[in-house]
Amino acid sequence: MNITLRVWRQKGRDDKGRMVTYKVEDVSPDMSFLEMLDVLNEKLTLEDEDPVAFDHDCREGICGACGVVIDGVAHGPETTTTCQLHMRSFSDGDVITVEPWRAKAFPVVKDLVVDRSAFDRIIQAGGYISAPTGTAPDAHAMPVPKTDADRAFDAATCIGCGACVAACPNASGMLFTAAKVTHLGMLPQGQPEREARVVNMLNQHDEEDFGGCTNIGECAAVCPKGIPLDTISQLNRDLLGSLASGKAE
Amino acid sequence: MTELFIEGDPIRDEKAPEGPIEERWDKRRFSAKLVNPANRRKLSVIIVGTGLAGASAAATLGEAGYQVTSFCYQDSPRRAHSIAAQGGINAAKNYRNDGDSIYRLFYDTVKGGDFRSRESNVYRLSQVSVEIIDQCVAQGVPFAREYGGLLDNRSFGGVQVSRTFYARGQTGQQLLIGAYQALERQVAAGTVQMHTRHEMLELIVVDGKARGIVARDMVTGEIQTHFADAVVLATGGYGNVFYLSTNAMGCNVTASWRAHRKGALFANPCYTQIHPTCIPVSGDYQSKLTLMSESLRNDGRIWVPKKGDDKRDPREIPEEDRDYYLERLYPAFGNLVPRDIASRAAKNVCDEGRGVGPGGLGVYLDFADAIKRMGRPAVEAKYGNLFDMYQRITGENPYEVPMRIYPAVHYTMGGLWVDYDLQSSIPGLFVTGEANFSDHGANRLGASALMQGLADGYFVLPNTINDYLADGPFEKLDEDTPEAKEAAEAVRARIDTLLSIKGDRTVDSFHKELGQIMWDYCGMERNEEGLRKAIDRIRELRDEFWRNVKVLGENDELNQALEKAGRVADFFELAELMCIDALHRRESCGGHFRAESQTEDGEALRHDDEFAYVAAWEFTETGEQPVLHKEPLEYEYVEMKQRSYK
Ligand SMILES: Cc1cc2nc3c(=O)[nH]c(=O)nc-3n(C[C@H](O)[C@H](O)[C@H](O)COP(=O)(O)OP(=O)(O)OC[C@H]3O[C@@H](n4cnc5c(N)ncnc54)[C@H](O)[C@@H]3O)c2cc1C
Ligand code: SF4
Ligand code: FES
Repeated sequence: MNITLRVWRQKGRDDKGRMVTYKVEDVSPDMSFLEMLDVLNEKLTLEDEDPVAFDHDCREGICGACGVVIDGVAHGPETTTTCQLHMRSFSDGDVITVEPWRAKAFPVVKDLVVDRSAFDRIIQAGGYISAPTGTAPDAHAMPVPKTDADRAFDAATCIGCGACVAACPNASGMLFTAAKVTHLGMLPQGQPEREARVVNMLNQHDEEDFGGCTNIGECAAVCPKGIPLDTISQLNRDLLGSLASGKAE
Repeated sequence: MTELFIEGDPIRDEKAPEGPIEERWDKRRFSAKLVNPANRRKLSVIIVGTGLAGASAAATLGEAGYQVTSFCYQDSPRRAHSIAAQGGINAAKNYRNDGDSIYRLFYDTVKGGDFRSRESNVYRLSQVSVEIIDQCVAQGVPFAREYGGLLDNRSFGGVQVSRTFYARGQTGQQLLIGAYQALERQVAAGTVQMHTRHEMLELIVVDGKARGIVARDMVTGEIQTHFADAVVLATGGYGNVFYLSTNAMGCNVTASWRAHRKGALFANPCYTQIHPTCIPVSGDYQSKLTLMSESLRNDGRIWVPKKGDDKRDPREIPEEDRDYYLERLYPAFGNLVPRDIASRAAKNVCDEGRGVGPGGLGVYLDFADAIKRMGRPAVEAKYGNLFDMYQRITGENPYEVPMRIYPAVHYTMGGLWVDYDLQSSIPGLFVTGEANFSDHGANRLGASALMQGLADGYFVLPNTINDYLADGPFEKLDEDTPEAKEAAEAVRARIDTLLSIKGDRTVDSFHKELGQIMWDYCGMERNEEGLRKAIDRIRELRDEFWRNVKVLGENDELNQALEKAGRVADFFELAELMCIDALHRRESCGGHFRAESQTEDGEALRHDDEFAYVAAWEFTETGEQPVLHKEPLEYEYVEMKQRSYK
C-alpha cells in the first residue's frame, strides 16, 4: 500500500516546528508503524533530508520509549503502543498525521521526541518501598492474598509511556501516578509509607506542570496497558486517608 | 589459523578462593577489605547501564553511602532492555519441596553451560539466588502468587524442578521497576546522580586504572568527561551484532568494546544463544525479532509436518502426519530441552524442507492439546499476554491456529573477562550482568540472566568493589588530565569522521549486511570455511563503511543516525573477533556448534582435553591479530560429561 504522512518536524526545543508531508510507498501490512517510519528515514537519508527523530527501543510494547500521536490519538487506532501498531490497521491511500505528545510537562526535544523526565521525578518523590538491599525477610514471611497481588500487578504494568498525559485535555499525569500508588498500596510491604507516598507524589506531579484530573477518562481509553480509571479513585481515597490522619510529611 | 591470532600467556582468576565450594563466597567476603561508612562518601563510582545489573548496583552502592554517577542511553533508567524479559527468574528456594537445592541449581547451571563456566562463580550465583527473591518481594515486586498467598513457581527450559519465579509474562519489567524505584530513591537521597540520554563512548584509564568515561549528551552533543574512583559497566549484551535479534534496538557493544580497546580482555565472544521460540521474520523491512517466552514450551507442543511441502492448514494435518520432533528425539525432556538443542533441531527440520510459513523458516508451537487439557481460561490466564502479542504482530489467532516460531539471536554469554570480584583485567573496571562473561559458560539456562544480573548488582559487586575502593580515594583528575583529554579528543575525531564521510549507504544498510554475514556463518552452525569467508567479508564491509557511510546532520543535536553509526562501527570489530574465536574453538559446546565436531547423532561434541578453557582476547589494533590468553577451567564438583538430554 501507499501512504501519505504528515509529520511534525521540529529541530530543537526552542524551534517553532511545522507539519511536513511525505509519501511512503510499498508499505506492507505486516510492517509495524515504526518499521514504516524506518523505511521513510532510509529514503529521506538517501535524499539528503534529515531523518525523523522518534523514541523507541524494545519494539515489543514494554519499555515505554515509543509513543506518538497518530491522527489525533495517542499511540494510534489500536489501544497498544506505537511499536506494536501494524500497518494492517491502515488502508492504501491513507493520509496519516503524526505528532509528538503535547503537554507542558513534556517539552519537545526534537521532531517526535519529548522529554518525559518529569515521570522519573514523580517516582523519586515517593514511588518506591524503602527496602535497602540485604534487609529483606524471607519472601514467604508475609503471604499476600492473590487478589491483592494481582491488582498490584495490574497497576504495576504501567510502562511510563506518557500516552495518558498526551490524551488528557488537561495534560494530567494522574493515571501514571495512580498506577504507582495503587501498585505499592495494594501490597503489605507498601503500607508503612502509604500515606506519605500519595501526598509527596501528588505534590511533585503538580510541581511538574501536569494539569489537574477532572475525571474525563481519555487517559484510560488510550493506555496500552489497560491501567483502569479506578486506580485514580484509589489514589483519591488514599489522599483523603492521608490528609485525615495528618501523618503525611 | 595462527595467522589470525597470536597465543599469549595463560591467565588465572587470582581472586577465586579455594577450599570447599560452599565456603568460598564467605571466605572472599571475609578477606575483602572493608570501607568504613564515614569514608564511603569520599569515594565515587561510575555505573554505566541501568538494567537489572546496573540499577541494582547503583541503588545498593548509593545506599551504602558511596557517591554514584549513573548513565543510560534511554530517556529513563526504567527503559533498559531488562524490561523486556518475559519468562522468569530462577532461585533455589525449594518452595515446591521437589528436590531443589543450591547444589542442584549449581549443578544444572554448570551442566547447562556445557562445562565452560567457572564452578566457583556458579556456586555463588546459586547461593545468592535465594536472597534475590526476598529482596525483590520486599521492594514490592508483584510476583505471581497462589490462592494461599504464597509465591508460585514454574519449571523453565531444561530443568526438572520448579524454581522459576515469575510475574505473568513480564518478569523483567517487574524486577527492573523494583530496581529502578530503589535507584530513584537514591537519586532523591542525593547519593546517585543520574544521567539519562548519555552514551559512553570511551573509557579513561590513568596509571593503569579505570578512572572515568567520556560520554556524549545525546540531546546537545556535548562531549563530557566524568571521573570516579572506579567504573562499572553494566551495559548489557551484544546480540545486535546480528542486526536481527530479540534485543532492543539500542543494545550495543560500544561501552565494552571501548574498554576492550583500552586493555580489558574480551572472553568467549563467540558464545551466543539462539532462542528457539521467536516469531519468524516476515519481510526485509524487519527491524527486530520478538521472543515468545520459552515458558510456552511447558504446555505447547512443537511439530512440523512429516513430509516436506505439506501445504495443508495445520489444523487439518492428522496426528499421524505430524512429527513432534523434540518429543521423538528427546523423550525424557521433550519440548523442554535446552535452548541450543531446541534451536538446532528447528533449523535441521527446516533445512530438511519441512519448515512452515513464509520461506519455510518456521515450526509450529501448538496449544490445541493444552486447551483441551486445561481449558481455554487456564491457558489464557497463564499465557494471555503472549498470545495477544503474537496475534498483534502476525495477525493470526494462536488459540485457533498453531503459532509459528523460529530461532533468533537472543543472548550473549561472552563478554568482558572478569575475575571472581567481577573486576576486569583493567584495575578499577568492574563488569556486571550480560556484559560480563562469567557465569553461563557456553550456554545460559532460561531464567538465569535475570538472576545473574541481580546477583551481581545487589549482592556480589557491593561486597567486592570495597576491596578495591579501600585503597582510594585516588588522585583527583579533571578534563585537563592528559589521558582524559586524549580520550575526549579521540571521541570527537571519530564523530567528525563519521559525519564527514558523506557516502551513499545508510548506517542501517551496513548493519543489515553485517548481520546477515554473522547469521549465515557465525550463527546456529559454524564451520571453518564459512568463518574464514565471514572474516574476509567483514573486513571488506568495514572498509567500505569507513569510506561510504552516510550520516546526515551535526554532532550538536539529537542525531540518531550518528548514534547508530558509532555502534555499528564497533560491531564490525567485534564481529571479526567473534569469528576468530569461533574458528579457533574447533569443538562444539553449548551455543557454539561447529559442524566439524558432532557425535554420530548430530549432537554437540566437546573436546575437553583441548578446549576446557576460557578464551580471553587481548586487543592489539583494528584488523590486526588479537592475542589469546587461556584461563584453564577445572571441575572439582561436577563431573565433566558429554551433555545428554536423551
Ligand atoms: C526478549 C528477552 C527476554 C528475556 N527473557 C529472560 C527471562 O525470562 N529470564 C532471564 O533470566 N533472562 C531473560 N532475558 C535476558 C535478560 O533479560 C538480559 O540478559 C538481562 O536483562 C540483561 O541485563 P543487564 O542489566 O546486563 O543489561 P540491560 O538490561 O541490557 O541494560 C543495559 C543498560 O546499559 C545502558 N547502556 C548500554 N550501552 C551504553 C552506553 N554505551 N552508554 C550508556 N549506557 C549504555 C543501557 O541504557 C541500559 O541501561 C531476556 C532477554 C530478552 C532480549
Ligand atoms: S498509565 Fe498507561 S498510558 Fe499512562 S504512562 Fe502508564 S502505561 Fe502509559
Ligand atoms: S519501543 Fe518499547 S514500548 Fe514501544
